[in-house]
Amino acid sequence: MNPALTLATTRRILTQLRHDPRTVVMLVLVPTLLMVLLRYVFNSKLVFSHVAPALLGVFPFLIMFLIASITTLRERTTATLERLMTLPIGRLDLLFGYALAFGAIAVVQVSLAAGVSLWWLGLDLAGSVGMLLVIAVLDALLGMALGLFVSAFARTEFQAIQFMPVFVLPQILLCGLFVPRGDMGWLLRWLSDVMPLSYAVEALTRVTASSTVDAVILRNLVVVACCALLALVLGAATLRRRTP
Amino acid sequence: MTNSALEVTGLRVRRGGRPVVRDLSFEVPRGTVTGLLGPSGCGKTTLMRAVVGVQIVEGGTVTVLGLPAGSPPLRRRIGYATQNPAIYADLTVREALKYFAAVLRAPVSDVDRVIAEVGLADHAGKLVGSLSGGQHNRANLAVALLGTPELLVLDEPTVGLDPVLRDELWALFRRLADGGATLLVSSHVMDEAARCDRLLLMREGTLLADDAPLALRERTGAADLEQAFLHLVRAAS
Repeated sequence: MNPALTLATTRRILTQLRHDPRTVVMLVLVPTLLMVLLRYVFNSKLVFSHVAPALLGVFPFLIMFLIASITTLRERTTATLERLMTLPIGRLDLLFGYALAFGAIAVVQVSLAAGVSLWWLGLDLAGSVGMLLVIAVLDALLGMALGLFVSAFARTEFQAIQFMPVFVLPQILLCGLFVPRGDMGWLLRWLSDVMPLSYAVEALTRVTASSTVDAVILRNLVVVACCALLALVLGAATLRRRTP
Repeated sequence: MTNSALEVTGLRVRRGGRPVVRDLSFEVPRGTVTGLLGPSGCGKTTLMRAVVGVQIVEGGTVTVLGLPAGSPPLRRRIGYATQNPAIYADLTVREALKYFAAVLRAPVSDVDRVIAEVGLADHAGKLVGSLSGGQHNRANLAVALLGTPELLVLDEPTVGLDPVLRDELWALFRRLADGGATLLVSSHVMDEAARCDRLLLMREGTLLADDAPLALRERTGAADLEQAFLHLVRAAS
């Protein structure tokens, strides 16, 4: 691990994005626009306040998953990865460089979506704004780390995009957004328990409903952070210096 | 301490269940330009990947600058340019090179040096993706020149370049070798072979010849290297 190389990688990825302003605008605005849409679809502050916290985690999770899997897949298929593997850079330098760059984008993305939800759309927040942001950013990082990891199993961008319904949609269906997790049958409940998004959504819902930071929120934060870290380390294992 | 920059002994590589490199052995002396020639698909790229240490090999040894290929200390001492440009298309030439220079801990001044060496000074601020094929190739070559690599492994660096540029690049390769670097350059253009100190002629994963260009012509009695190559292919089959 070398912080200078991690930062050089972060700077490189952010510079690449700067040359693609359309992507940057979409990254920053899309979750916010979806929140606005959601507010007026329900047309009720009460219902909005009920589902919004979960979606503040779900939208960045989904977008980061897509962006990260496509970006790393591109790095693999254009042979820049092979070139980097011949150079004195560690695999974790590369992955943490990615994590920092996408983490920075996630902060902007989530802050805007949360800000607009709280001060314009009328989301009622009992807990602290800081905690809400921490959970949502961590959630975005989880999406990024999973995207990085599964990109190793995609050969083409078509396949990478299809991993979204495979890895992300089941998590959204089972995270407690549509049906409370307590009401699910044992099998679905068990599946929900092993999916990291469930913990993020539960933490987000709790932080909106109560002003105390309880043990469940902290435990869930640790679970999400560990899953993100695990996915990053597994992702590092898929970056091979030697290939057939 | 050996005098060879590169020693390959009994190298065997399989790709996709098929032997691509079969029992290859040769040495490359330091400070020379060695040409790796042969038809496409003969295993040149696989051999080069084995030298830079990214190829899984089936058997044999590859020793680069006295160390086993792929050893971490070598990553700073080898410059590698792949045949298909491996450089970020959505960065400018200068931005992409700055990143690779940072990875190599090369001085920032290196970026402008290599841009000038490959003749891209007028295009340094352009996005790599908007360059012509030949310019794209040269940007890719520039990455390999960063730092002061002791061994340069260049896979078809002159493809798609006009004769003037090709001549300039070969003059650059010669200067680098005179400065003590060792170059392994693949090509399938025979007229480039005459500018090498040594030639490795490959066909179907084996070496047909390992000799100086002049000696090769004399040995085969051929008028040019193209004829010499044909002579060796026919003698082998």
